[in-house]
Amino acid sequence: MEKNLTNNIKSFIVSNIVPILFLVISIIGIKYSGVALPVILMDVISRMDRNLFLVLSLLIPVLAGMGLNFGIVLGAMAGQIGLFVVTVLEIPGFIGLLVAIIIAIPVSILLGWLTALLLNRTKGQEMIAGMILGFFAMGIYQFIFLFFLGGVVKIDAPQGIMLSTGVGVRNTIDLVNVKYAFDNIFKVNVFIFIIVLGIIGIIYSGLKLAKNKDNAKKYRTNIILMLILIIIGIAGQTLPAFKMYKTLLQIPVFTFVLILLLCVFIKFLFKTKLGQNMRAVGHSMEIAEVSGINVDRTRTVATILSMVFAAIGQIIFLQNLGNISMYNAHENVAMFAAAALLIGGASISKATVTQAFIGTFLFHLLFNVSPMAGKNLFGDAAVGEYFRVFIAYGVIALTLALHAWKKVVAARQKVKEAELKEDQDNKEGATA
Amino acid sequence: MDMQKPILELKNIKKEYYGNKVLKGVSLDIYPGEIHCLVGENGAGKSTLMNILFGMSVIHETGGFEGEFIIEGKPAVIKTPNDALENGIGMVHQEFMLIPGFTIAENIKLNREPLKNNALSRVFGKSMKSLDTEKMKSDAKESLMKLGMDIDEQTIVKGLPVGYMQFVEIAREIDKKGVKVLVFDEPTAVLTESEADKLLEAMKHLAAEGIGILFITHRLDEVMAVSKRITVIRDGNHIQTMNTCDTDVVKIAELMVGRKVEKIERKVNASSDEDIMEIKNLKVSMPGELVKGVSFSIKKGEILGIGGLAGQGKIGIANGIMGVYKARGEVTFEGKPIKLNDPQASMSAGLSFVSEDRRGVGLLLGMSIEENMVVPSIYNFKKYLKKFLIFTQKDTKAIRENALKYIDMLDIRCTGPTQPVMRLSGGNQQKVCIARALTLEPKIIFVSEPTRGIDIGAKKIVLETLIKLNEEYGMTVVITSSELAELRSVCDRIAIISEGKLSGILSAEASDSEFGLLMSGINKKGDE
Repeated sequence: MEKNLTNNIKSFIVSNIVPILFLVISIIGIKYSGVALPVILMDVISRMDRNLFLVLSLLIPVLAGMGLNFGIVLGAMAGQIGLFVVTVLEIPGFIGLLVAIIIAIPVSILLGWLTALLLNRTKGQEMIAGMILGFFAMGIYQFIFLFFLGGVVKIDAPQGIMLSTGVGVRNTIDLVNVKYAFDNIFKVNVFIFIIVLGIIGIIYSGLKLAKNKDNAKKYRTNIILMLILIIIGIAGQTLPAFKMYKTLLQIPVFTFVLILLLCVFIKFLFKTKLGQNMRAVGHSMEIAEVSGINVDRTRTVATILSMVFAAIGQIIFLQNLGNISMYNAHENVAMFAAAALLIGGASISKATVTQAFIGTFLFHLLFNVSPMAGKNLFGDAAVGEYFRVFIAYGVIALTLALHAWKKVVAARQKVKEAELKEDQDNKEGATA
Repeated sequence: MDMQKPILELKNIKKEYYGNKVLKGVSLDIYPGEIHCLVGENGAGKSTLMNILFGMSVIHETGGFEGEFIIEGKPAVIKTPNDALENGIGMVHQEFMLIPGFTIAENIKLNREPLKNNALSRVFGKSMKSLDTEKMKSDAKESLMKLGMDIDEQTIVKGLPVGYMQFVEIAREIDKKGVKVLVFDEPTAVLTESEADKLLEAMKHLAAEGIGILFITHRLDEVMAVSKRITVIRDGNHIQTMNTCDTDVVKIAELMVGRKVEKIERKVNASSDEDIMEIKNLKVSMPGELVKGVSFSIKKGEILGIGGLAGQGKIGIANGIMGVYKARGEVTFEGKPIKLNDPQASMSAGLSFVSEDRRGVGLLLGMSIEENMVVPSIYNFKKYLKKFLIFTQKDTKAIRENALKYIDMLDIRCTGPTQPVMRLSGGNQQKVCIARALTLEPKIIFVSEPTRGIDIGAKKIVLETLIKLNEEYGMTVVITSSELAELRSVCDRIAIISEGKLSGILSAEASDSEFGLLMSGINKKGDE
């Protein structure tokens, strides 16, 4: 029994080595940054609010076997186009964001479809193809916003949007009208949020438990976990020691509800026919094809969904930021979202909603503490800055290498097993 | 056959690919509850017949076929695999069409999942319907029970024993509603003996339920064990359909192989009694051509043929000895052991190899004839090089001389030694490969599938070239080929490989039935 337990712990650590490593580094970072934990967490919550939707938009293509969709840069551009239109038309607040989303959706569907056309012709190289496509699209995007607008088509924009020459759009546009339009609808402190989540969780698990007896154990554990969550919530809400947390950690409820809805949708999707087709295509395109699944169409739908969610994600991101840097905001979207997902323990062929949450949290935790920690440790904030860039790209490279390495190991293992089996067969043959 | 009607009838099926007749009037009928065996050598037309049966696109893209296709007494048109499915024809593939990461139930129900409605599906249509997991499980369970399989249908397929995977594959076929005919394409090839026995049991079981079974196999003992009737085809001809009880293994073997052999005249017999190479318990992990321990010796100066059906391991032997694929065992050449898994060691010892994969492993297509001929010599022996202190340069003069010598000797039709090899015809490319092997000045040359993909005229020249090498230069030649007739026309002795092991070695003059039996791996069991 004890040995079993150590084995379990061992295998848990091995299969979750990346998130654990990041947690350790982050804890060291927190210690040396000298910043109070509630302040750090406040910032991390706001960054998760910005970023989670984008990270989640990567999940569907991963499960459809297309790897990390670096093409979401195009989706981000679609989101920016939507926001740009809203800013020019001066539509304020919540309605403004809704209009931006409504504009961004058809644009991102079109871009997603075009991307899928390319990705279906570059099977097996989706990641690099998507990345290069992003650079290509950037050129067209710049042409439109720097030359076409104002240069070819005159637009009647409010002050502070167009360059002083009247041709081309400025680099930075202030989103005065829609800033925090989603975030500020309704905010509660983190403890109340936890309590509500816990209650919803208990109701959900309770209903499931009543309906089907198969996974009773799983749902019972869920209920216990939720109860613990509620207790933590109540403790935080009442104990004076957590007063600082209570005031600083405000959850923008509406945005998080949007994020949760996307999670629920993804979970739901993979229980439908379409989702099952995506999984089948993700595991093996050949077998899916032979079974009569339209592989190209399935991949196209996956790409389009990812693109649409990326567009919405970018709008959520920018309303929290409060301004668009027209020519840079989309640049690192795909790279950072991919890094966050991978830090959560996902690989390029397997990823879950939970990994997206954990990954985004850890990624931003590290991003947040590393400059201060760098300053305190090395006397220079820039060192921490280098460190976090190094980490972001390093983890992508490392995960890709690990993925390739695992494949090689699996292939070797197969040969070994075959040889072993063969020897055994021979022995059996000899005794018979 | 009682008074029952056949479920499936194929009458006088003819098919040609670009003027090359591959089926010349084959007829086949299957009755409910019957196990009907289809036997024939590689290239006899079995797979073309299966492609017709399943409406594969290769058939219809190349002009369709002639003949009648009748299902339950009515003419049927089958143009896509889906048509075949709807007409109740199922197929158990030789390679598993299973998704390793899915559960057994998910695999059995792949793309035929039972669905139920939900809020979104009413708006977005069928693809958003939820999977009915409960029904998936119960359906899968039912099919598995039919086969006598007691296994949790929620198990992930990855990691299951091969035999189980085969059963999951079959369960999927019988789960399809209204399956009337089930085709098993070499299903026992990948199974161990006990697994194969279980499979044959399951087949009988299915037949007893009224399904007609078409069983394609090369294991004649299995044919005898389960079938009711047997159809033999050879070179696209329908040779005979007979009742299993009226025949025996020897007769089938004879019918399978029987073909006139044109012996190419040999002037001298250069072979001696002295062994030049000894192979002991050689195992080669070449995918699709596993060699599972063969031992034999090669005599100095002989032409040895290595034959057998495709996928049985004959190709693996030369590849293993030459270090192209991972090999284990002992190989001694002229009394000295050869280091395995090291192509350079093999070549240094005086071995040379013409690969079956001419365009992949053999030739550098963009390079000239003369360069192709010397590449291995340059890298392995530092020949054809001029040295300038630490730098080396190609010795163009020597390279040119070498090329001219072999162009003349092998009669390579080209515009000159600088012509890129991709412009040459298949036969001439093959000759460049041989020239390349000869440039290494080997004592023994292994030639794999020398006539694959080249026309009849060129075939003869290539074979004559090999004989010439043997007769005039006393070189030992080992030819691996799927075409038995070809081996019998040039070789002194022929080793037959079956299921990765040596079935036996015969003289080229041995009878058809002897070859047929060895190819089916039957002699092997008789010996033990």
